Amino acid sequence: MADFQLRRTMLYVPGNMPSMLQNVPLFQCDAVIIDLEDAVNYAEKDAARNLVTSFLSTWKDRNKEVLVRINPLYTKWGHDDLKAILPVMPDAIRFPMCETAEMAQELDAELTKYEKANGIAEGHFKILPSIETVKSVINSYEIARASKRIYGLAFGAEDYTASMGIARTNSGEDLMHPRMQIVMAAKAAGVQAIDTVFSDVNDMDALRRETETIKRLGYTGKCLSNPRQIEIIHEVFAPKEEEVEYALKVVEAIKQANEMGTGVISLNGKMVDLPVVKRAIHTLNTAYAQGMVDAPVDEEILNGN
Amino acid sequence: MKIEKQAQAGTMQSSDLMVFVEPANELKIEIESTVKKQFGHLISAKVDEVVAALGVTAGFIRVSDRGALDYAIEARVKTALQRASAA
Amino acid sequence: MAINSVGREIPEVYNGKKIVPYGGPKSYKPDLMTATRPIKRNDSGKSKVVGGLRDAIVASGLKSGMTISTHHHLRNGDRLLNDLVKEIDALGIRDITIAASSVHIVHAELVPYIKKGVITGFECGVNGLIGELISKGELNCPITVRSHGGRARSIATGEVQIDVAFLAAPYCDEYGNFNGFFGPSACGTLGYAIPDAQYAKTVVAVTDNLVPYPALPIAIPQSMVDFVATVDTLGDPKKIVSSTTKLTRDPMGLQIAKYASMVIDATGYLKDGFSFQTGTGGISLAVAGHVRDMMRERKIKGSFGCGGITGFFVDMLEEGLFEGLFDVQCFDLKAVDSIGRNQKHQQMSANLYADPFNMGCLVNRLDCAILSATETDVNFNVNVNTESMGYLLHNTGGHCDVAAGAKVSIIVCPSIRGRLPMVRDAVTTVTTPGETVGVIITERGIAVNDHLPELKEELIRRRAPVKDIHQLRDEIYSITGAPKDVEFEDEVVGLIEYRDGTIIDTVRKVRA
Repeated sequence: MADFQLRRTMLYVPGNMPSMLQNVPLFQCDAVIIDLEDAVNYAEKDAARNLVTSFLSTWKDRNKEVLVRINPLYTKWGHDDLKAILPVMPDAIRFPMCETAEMAQELDAELTKYEKANGIAEGHFKILPSIETVKSVINSYEIARASKRIYGLAFGAEDYTASMGIARTNSGEDLMHPRMQIVMAAKAAGVQAIDTVFSDVNDMDALRRETETIKRLGYTGKCLSNPRQIEIIHEVFAPKEEEVEYALKVVEAIKQANEMGTGVISLNGKMVDLPVVKRAIHTLNTAYAQGMVDAPVDEEILNGN
Repeated sequence: MKIEKQAQAGTMQSSDLMVFVEPANELKIEIESTVKKQFGHLISAKVDEVVAALGVTAGFIRVSDRGALDYAIEARVKTALQRASAA
Repeated sequence: MAINSVGREIPEVYNGKKIVPYGGPKSYKPDLMTATRPIKRNDSGKSKVVGGLRDAIVASGLKSGMTISTHHHLRNGDRLLNDLVKEIDALGIRDITIAASSVHIVHAELVPYIKKGVITGFECGVNGLIGELISKGELNCPITVRSHGGRARSIATGEVQIDVAFLAAPYCDEYGNFNGFFGPSACGTLGYAIPDAQYAKTVVAVTDNLVPYPALPIAIPQSMVDFVATVDTLGDPKKIVSSTTKLTRDPMGLQIAKYASMVIDATGYLKDGFSFQTGTGGISLAVAGHVRDMMRERKIKGSFGCGGITGFFVDMLEEGLFEGLFDVQCFDLKAVDSIGRNQKHQQMSANLYADPFNMGCLVNRLDCAILSATETDVNFNVNVNTESMGYLLHNTGGHCDVAAGAKVSIIVCPSIRGRLPMVRDAVTTVTTPGETVGVIITERGIAVNDHLPELKEELIRRRAPVKDIHQLRDEIYSITGAPKDVEFEDEVVGLIEYRDGTIIDTVRKVRA
């Protein structure tokens, strides 16, 4: 089943900073990644865990996807993070330093165990593995297929360049190969590809260029660490007006096909394939988020409803 | 939970608070806040609630609040108490 | 005690004067003549320079019990008021009332002179420590807080009679012509000083930059000036035009600014002839940035920008986005430089800017104005005077004037400041009555006042996050908890005057 959840912008928020944390409901990103890993000092891991747990337990009416980036399970904090965080029901775990399918499966098993013990539907907690070392780039296809919980692969450039022993540049040439390999692995596995953070928050032009590039490659979203970057990324991911018009026609054609019960969708006398239909729905949902159309598309139309 | 040693949690950033805990023979709680006039009663109630929930009956707890919301007060007090009671 | 129309208890008499309670923003007009002052005759062409400050005080005939004024164009860089009071004290003069256009944080130096009885009253609002001490009941000194327009009105009507005005004159000649455009203490426009020059019984120009006659262009002419005094320095130039005119980087502030620009767009006024005022805060400037971008993109030629002027507005003028600027206060060097050379950057007096008792002031011609707030409430009332501890810490500025004049007045403020909810059941102090406020914007949503139903409808059509003001209050309270009110004694330590001279609220002594 295609995943139509918009994840254009996945915003990192430090887990030990109340002034940022309590604004999470207000940030206009598609998803938020509350960070217990790199943004938290070793000495404050316990404090951040308590703070994030406390915050999530009081946040009613969640209005965006919530991920928590835990520490890797091989560190002394990873399991405690999970134990603290799962009761407050994040939507997904951002899983750092995931280098092999086995590592993803280890987390999968932990999540299954918790779901079973607590009467939660199996598969509720999703996983977004970070592909952030050379090894994980090479293993990315296997990782993407390691668990049904995995809805995407998220590239992490900082650790990747470190693992390559190279410096990150603003031009992005150094990241071309991993970006290509990750997006291909993701597409082959039928999951989303999410790009890495662009760290120079003062260079909005470079952010725009980079986002345009990764959009062309097939990425459907980008991580970010500063809310000021949200608007630009959304602008880049906004469909063009002609794309919206075409998508509206496709959806109209589906509705007609559904009404006539033919199952065959045709537009201007030509058959329309399923990938085109999916793309049209994605386009319209993005357009809705951007205020370009008045209503989102109900995915149910794919099932003939 | 027993307060065994000195500990603290939190920061002095806005919307945060610092909690200082040390062993004492009886329970004593002191609260200082930038919004004490408006929210002193709620801060007090929250601190009492966490202290009771963790079964702390003795210790000196000092809170220096910079306009933190209840969830942060709860987390910081809990962290400080856990740290003070840990071996 | 009487209850005024915003529900505040107002004493019948304060400091010996009978009080008219506020009864609506546009209903009050007393049947009076404008103020007068003695006729002067000067047939001599000789220099009016009398020496230093002390000589000028002596020459002016200042005596115990009189009222003096200064202007606040030098803002926190001002030395004049502090030095003046020191000299007044040294001359043994007591019981002086200050009727400055504003008193700044730098004037905390006056506190000992209030305690000593040199200063015994303020016919103007204050910023900083003096107000705090008055609120605590530690200074016995009656104070009437006035807006910029209200102060100009009170002078023009003679309600406040200034015996001697000491006007800082950054570029001045020996016969008393001066402007604020040039010199080491350049501050640009002298708009707030004009009512003083026009109505004070005696006018002293005080300069640190005496230039050969004539000092051109003339902002305040020789015909209004009795004496010229020279001093080493009027102030600290670094603090005179110190505004850090920087856009906010705070994501919540940027969100508020974005909503504000949506509101401006939805008013329908953003077209050729658009007029606009905004403050110098980071959010206000971010709004100005959005407005500029929309005007550029749609090739809109605006009518005028107004108020305190920043380099941002100067750039918009020079880019051709406005026909002109009306400037009552320059906030940065760029504005000072511009007003000294560009005739489309017009100095305006406080009367022209905002005085309600004339044949029409500038704020009446404003389409949209962005204003800040210390607090707001569910009746759209705004407080900018008293802070969270209940202390009087800020002057009104042009707040209630602009709100009353502009077609759509837009209040921008974060929903929460350090746990304090910024939309409350009732503000501590009413500075600006809700009936003159169009829209309140926080990062949690936009509340539109009932007198703008079409704007509300249009915003909803554009999928803007419009919320009922009560809903907004509830949402904020659900996060912060309901605050307790600051507790006050019955004792009234100051008045908040509305622009028309009626009393909209009082300042009471804070319970210790």
